[in-house]
Amino acid sequence: MVNRVVTGAHYGLRDWIMQRVTALVMVTYVLFIAGWLLLGSSVDYDAWTGLFANNVVRSFSLLFLLALYCHAWIGMRDVVMDYIKVAHLRLALHVAVILALIMYLIWSVQILWGF
Amino acid sequence: MNEKRPKHLALRHIKFPLPAIVSGLHRVSGLLLFLSLPLLLWLLQHSLRSIETFTELGGILQHPVSKLFLTGVLWAFMHHFCAGIRFLAIDLDYGVKLAQARASSKWVMVVSLMLTVLMGVRLW
Repeated sequence: MVNRVVTGAHYGLRDWIMQRVTALVMVTYVLFIAGWLLLGSSVDYDAWTGLFANNVVRSFSLLFLLALYCHAWIGMRDVVMDYIKVAHLRLALHVAVILALIMYLIWSVQILWGF
Repeated sequence: MNEKRPKHLALRHIKFPLPAIVSGLHRVSGLLLFLSLPLLLWLLQHSLRSIETFTELGGILQHPVSKLFLTGVLWAFMHHFCAGIRFLAIDLDYGVKLAQARASSKWVMVVSLMLTVLMGVRLW
């Protein structure tokens, strides 16, 4: 047996699983919304707001958006890590992505609970 | 090993296999979706806020520029969705063999483009 010295921050597997779990949450939500759009005859304002006024749908929507933001963070982090070689620019972009996603989350709550 | 040995990359003849292109486009489409997030959230907000903003949105979406934007987002979404499901299947050991992987990457391209055209036609 080779005595390997395991190094690293050990977030690889956690993020790998996270990316797949969030993907499954989003697929479920997308199929639900697509089914609603396909089955409903016409989408007017009352039907559209009626859908999101339902508390289960509203919570499911927030769960979807939360999964989306986690998924986007891992994806954007990988892209930035792979292509931005200048350390301070890379750090700045990571911070910008995190701040943007947190802002989107706050905005999402305002959108979903604000009508 | 001699680090300075000459390299010859025949750039005109080197071609990515289709699975590599699908994988690359998965990144590109993911990036595009991330960048379009603020506009998509804005659309959701205006579709829900009031009957006035909802109706106003109907007018805005008639504009060719917004239709073009939505078509782009549509393709990015469809491609990311299909390629993502392919990756999930590969994670579960489905379609790992080379021939299957090539076939499924072709299906991802075809299905995502077809869905984009199908929904794009309704949009335009």
